[in-house]
Amino acid sequence: MATRERTHAHPKGAVFVPTAEIASAGDVRRGLTRMAHEVFERHGDVHDLVVVGLQTGGIQPSHLLHEQLVRISGHEIPLGTLDVAFYRDDIGLRPVLPEAATDIPVDLDGMVVLLVDDVLFTGRTIRAALNALTDFGRARAIELAVLVDRGHRELPIRADYVGKNLPTSRAESVDASIDGIMLGRLEPK
Amino acid sequence: MIGPHLLSLEDLGTEGIVEILNVAESFAEVERRTMKKVPALKGKVVATVFFEESTRTRLSFETAAKRLSADVLSLSVASSSVKKGESLKDTLKTIEALGIDAVIIRHRSSGAPLQATRWLEDIHVVNAGDGWHEHPSQGLLDAFTVRQAWAQAEGVDAASTGSELFQGKRIVIVGDIAHSRVARSDVLAYQALGAHVTLCAPATLLPPSVEGWDVEVTTDLDGLLADVDLVSVLRLQAERGSGECVPSLREFTNSFGMTAARTAKLPPHALITHPGPMVRGIEIASEVADDPRCLVTTQVHNGVAVRMAVLFLLLSGGSMAFTDGEGS
Repeated sequence: MATRERTHAHPKGAVFVPTAEIASAGDVRRGLTRMAHEVFERHGDVHDLVVVGLQTGGIQPSHLLHEQLVRISGHEIPLGTLDVAFYRDDIGLRPVLPEAATDIPVDLDGMVVLLVDDVLFTGRTIRAALNALTDFGRARAIELAVLVDRGHRELPIRADYVGKNLPTSRAESVDASIDGIMLGRLEPK
Repeated sequence: MIGPHLLSLEDLGTEGIVEILNVAESFAEVERRTMKKVPALKGKVVATVFFEESTRTRLSFETAAKRLSADVLSLSVASSSVKKGESLKDTLKTIEALGIDAVIIRHRSSGAPLQATRWLEDIHVVNAGDGWHEHPSQGLLDAFTVRQAWAQAEGVDAASTGSELFQGKRIVIVGDIAHSRVARSDVLAYQALGAHVTLCAPATLLPPSVEGWDVEVTTDLDGLLADVDLVSVLRLQAERGSGECVPSLREFTNSFGMTAARTAKLPPHALITHPGPMVRGIEIASEVADDPRCLVTTQVHNGVAVRMAVLFLLLSGGSMAFTDGEGS
């Protein structure tokens, strides 16, 4: 889960207390391999594909997904990172810090962008990412791959490739990484 | 936490300075894009109120605000009611009534920005240079520029180094220190980051309070050159009366100017900075100003990213920044 979510849930920061394991590291890897096949199935020729991991939770999954796509297709595929701090709609409501670098290695004009993130929740991060991406060129299409879709959308946004659909309550919290998926809650430090 | 105002680098501490430098690295990336604008401060209004002439600082702040999508009001004192006798307070109150979020002030009196924070409610105040006191954004961009240059030389990512690259570095600040607010901000920035700072100036151009600064002071520039990592050259501020503090410009150049001969004595890795505007032939020789080790144009370039970071960090915290107090 993003550091941002953890530090902003409570004024002094919060700790994630796991209550249930939803998926193991192996499950997550298998899920990413399946998603890579789905991407390849949909696009066949992946010459105009670029994989972009969202800072910070989407970076590791994007590396694995990229690795699988390169293996399946036999092509080199550009891989980038995106931080959406400057595009968020909650600036002014709470402090927003850039978490890490943005690095889009190619001009996105005419490209298919595969955005990768850990958890799809309200959809606001993805909204910010869509705005950010338009500043790098006019992509032919933008698609979204996430490890977990936990529901509770606040915007008309959906994922194209989902590792696991996980119904949750708003009070719960989800920690998803390449090491596994945990359900839990945030508690003040 | 940074804010709600930026008046002095003293208020930031090492952590605050490093945070601004790191966020500035993110904005430096934005500046390398074809599309250099981000919507971070959309709907915010920033006013620049300069009671002293300035080209680079004002343009730099205004460019920074515009790159963040803020609206910019620019009060030019020459054509304002100040000329009709309006006081600083009334000028600021008028701007406040227009509903601005931040005011960037330059004033000939030390402490004017601090005074402004007492008059203005819920408006972020940024000091863009107050008298002989401080020029915090210049101190930050100087630190940013040298950290980036050192990181590049070592082949590491600047944002990941924190204050590491400043440890054990020897920095000489030479020239008109008494009249230079940049000197004060540079000293505070470099010291907070862990560098060893030496001031070099004739006794007449040292501030009266220099005993209180934890720095070495010398008049022998030549003795320092062999073992230095950065020489920060300052302009002789004739408009603040430094002309009367030296016997002649030629003598000042002979003893304290960064001449070609002196530059040749520097270690090959040493860097030179100058806050501008440069007076070629006085504090810095023309060929030194054009030397690749002299970072003066890089400093101006980096000013925008650093000021974007300052405005972003002050204005993106919401009203929390005004109520949180210290240490939260």
